[in-house]
Amino acid sequence: MKDIQPTDGRGFLEYAPAPESTAILHLKDSYGLFIDGEFRDGSGGSFSTISPATEKKIAEIAIASEADVDLAVAAARRAYTKTWSKLSGADRGKYLFRIARLVQERARELAVAESLDNGKPIKESRDVDVPLVAAWFFYYAGWADKLDHAGLGANPRALGVAAQVIPWNFPLLMLAWKIAPALAAGNTVVLKPAETTPLSALLFAEILQQADLPPGVVNIVTGAGETGATLVRHPDVDKVAFTGSTGVGREIAKAVAGTHKKVTLELGGKAANIVFDDAPIDQAVEGIVNGIFFNQGHVCCAGSRLLVQENIHDEVVDRLKQRLSTLRLGDPLDKNTDIGAINSREQLERIRTLSDIGEQEGAERWSVPCEIPENGFWFAPTIFTGVTTSSRIAREEIFGPVLSVLTFRTPAEAIAKANNTPYGLSAGIWSDKGSKILAVADQLRAGVIWANTFNRFDPASPFGGYKESGYGREGGRHGLAAYLKGASA
Amino acid sequence: MSRLAIPKTYKLYIGGKFPRSESGRSYEVTAADGAFLANASLASRKDARDAVVAARAAVSGWAGATAYNRGQVLYRVAEVLEGRRAQFVEEIAASEGVTAAVAARQVDEAIDTWVWYAGWADKFVQVAGSGNPVAGPYFNLSVPEPTGVVAIVAPQGEGSLLGLVQAVAPALVAGNTVVVVADERHPLSAISLAEVLATSDLPGGVVNVLTGSPAEIAPWLASHADVNALDLLGAGALEWVDLEIAAADTLKRVLRPEPGLPGRALDRILAFTETKTVWHTKSTI
Repeated sequence: MKDIQPTDGRGFLEYAPAPESTAILHLKDSYGLFIDGEFRDGSGGSFSTISPATEKKIAEIAIASEADVDLAVAAARRAYTKTWSKLSGADRGKYLFRIARLVQERARELAVAESLDNGKPIKESRDVDVPLVAAWFFYYAGWADKLDHAGLGANPRALGVAAQVIPWNFPLLMLAWKIAPALAAGNTVVLKPAETTPLSALLFAEILQQADLPPGVVNIVTGAGETGATLVRHPDVDKVAFTGSTGVGREIAKAVAGTHKKVTLELGGKAANIVFDDAPIDQAVEGIVNGIFFNQGHVCCAGSRLLVQENIHDEVVDRLKQRLSTLRLGDPLDKNTDIGAINSREQLERIRTLSDIGEQEGAERWSVPCEIPENGFWFAPTIFTGVTTSSRIAREEIFGPVLSVLTFRTPAEAIAKANNTPYGLSAGIWSDKGSKILAVADQLRAGVIWANTFNRFDPASPFGGYKESGYGREGGRHGLAAYLKGASA
Repeated sequence: MSRLAIPKTYKLYIGGKFPRSESGRSYEVTAADGAFLANASLASRKDARDAVVAARAAVSGWAGATAYNRGQVLYRVAEVLEGRRAQFVEEIAASEGVTAAVAARQVDEAIDTWVWYAGWADKFVQVAGSGNPVAGPYFNLSVPEPTGVVAIVAPQGEGSLLGLVQAVAPALVAGNTVVVVADERHPLSAISLAEVLATSDLPGGVVNVLTGSPAEIAPWLASHADVNALDLLGAGALEWVDLEIAAADTLKRVLRPEPGLPGRALDRILAFTETKTVWHTKSTI
């Protein structure tokens, strides 16, 4: 390795800090639960949500008790029976269009809140998360009066009350993935945001008030895992949608066994990003970086296993290290920041533990030599080379900025290694040869495959996994099916 | 002097072969009036595991066959079944205690069910897939693919041939392979159907038929890590909630029990598919 530039401002490019101002936020000191169109106190106590970049408290957040969850589900049921199921599809759509516009109008504020609470770089929340949130509502708004064409025959029906539990990695985007199709299909919702990232969901509740959405159509209950478990098990819930870990997904699948509840699960992944020797290497390197270091690697579909053809291994790894050395780690609100904070101390510990195990198991570790801020939770982008297929860092989801590099010689070996995992959420293929890409894509057991790109999302494009990455799809026409039943069902 | 008939030995159907249960067990199958009909194999845990191994080994060939080819093979099943129609009518009438006319209606519907599903093999992808208009320079396509190995509890006492066919045929359309536990009390037509499958160009292992006790076998299939989906269609009388819980350990796709027969439905094909979405960049020109 040579030509690695230090990243502390003494390098070939110097950056002045360009922090986004938090003055745009008008946060309250404390937030209650959003039930039946209003904020109200919870009866389960409260917790602080903090900025993972500074560990400073942002606001006090209510914990929904079992009684609160009861109230929320009852409000959703009432709204379903009395209001929402009686509206025309066109009117439901109009509410969703309103929401999409309000999200666009308040995009900057939402982006700042998201980066503050989650730790992700503002350039990502500003350019990826929030625009996609608006796009998701805009897309499903148009479906609300066209459900006869959703693929379930004429006059498909809503399921009723949907319980939705979402993760902390894309807080507002996951909210949009859940709420937009549910409402378009005519369901009402009780949503539980992740414990560490409730803020943007609560701002979204204000948007719902501005949109004059009928009370009870969307209810937001904050809290930890226990609140989510109570919601999922609630007998008056007709649909459960969960995005999160495979472990919790298993528990949910068990909890709903024997009930009438319909379930969709979007769980973990250990995606292979396959780079053939005929790939455009510069683009592939950008794609590898985007694949695993986007959002600090807190991405279920992250390209966490790099499978690189043996003859270009050294070249790719060298270029990768060089590229990573130009990334800027630090203040998530700084517009120059590429790598933000790890979302929580707990997650940081998990990343550290698995990385240590990677070293103990004999893989060679390389981390970007960058400065780490004093406060907050941080992990320098890290690459492991010489990783074997049985190594824990090649098998377990790390959910952090850690890339495991493996090699292959033939397409058949690449496919076998890519599929050698209980997960099956996503995969990447890099090659200049279209016929090879299509042949390999056919053989990969994964729900989303990116060819010469990675981590692309669009409301029109179905997303979801094979095998233990869960079931059901979000996005596109397929995403509606998760919230509808045929007229005869 | 009348000729002494040759009774058939009813065995299991695993990996394209007809083995006895490795456990050496069998059970008595009787007619509606209690008369002895045959000894059927009483499949064991080991038989179920052998069947899953055979089904897994058959996935790549069957899923990798062209849709046109799968459609022709499924149509061939209908042809061969039609040719042996009389045998099935007789077997069902004897086993289920129904008239020949009722048994014939069941057989005819079973044959027509194969024809209906055969026709779907090269169409369901177009119906369930989509080209997705994403906001960017990408060619983006979603297609349904087979889930993998599907374990099925066939309907019990609802029409032993038709129930089996309505459960198994849709799972095969997309390229899944199947381990099916037949109607416990009326297993004979299931094994005779296996003979039809074995002579219809269906590759060995694509369908594996177990006879015996669903209550005994289904838990092993529900918890088997190499089974991808569990169809509890005929498990309504079993402790099926426990089966669904066991299936959750490896996040199997589960279809809950249904009363009666499911009829023909595109949904039953799609229930055992996974949507794969491929994004391909378009270059700037």
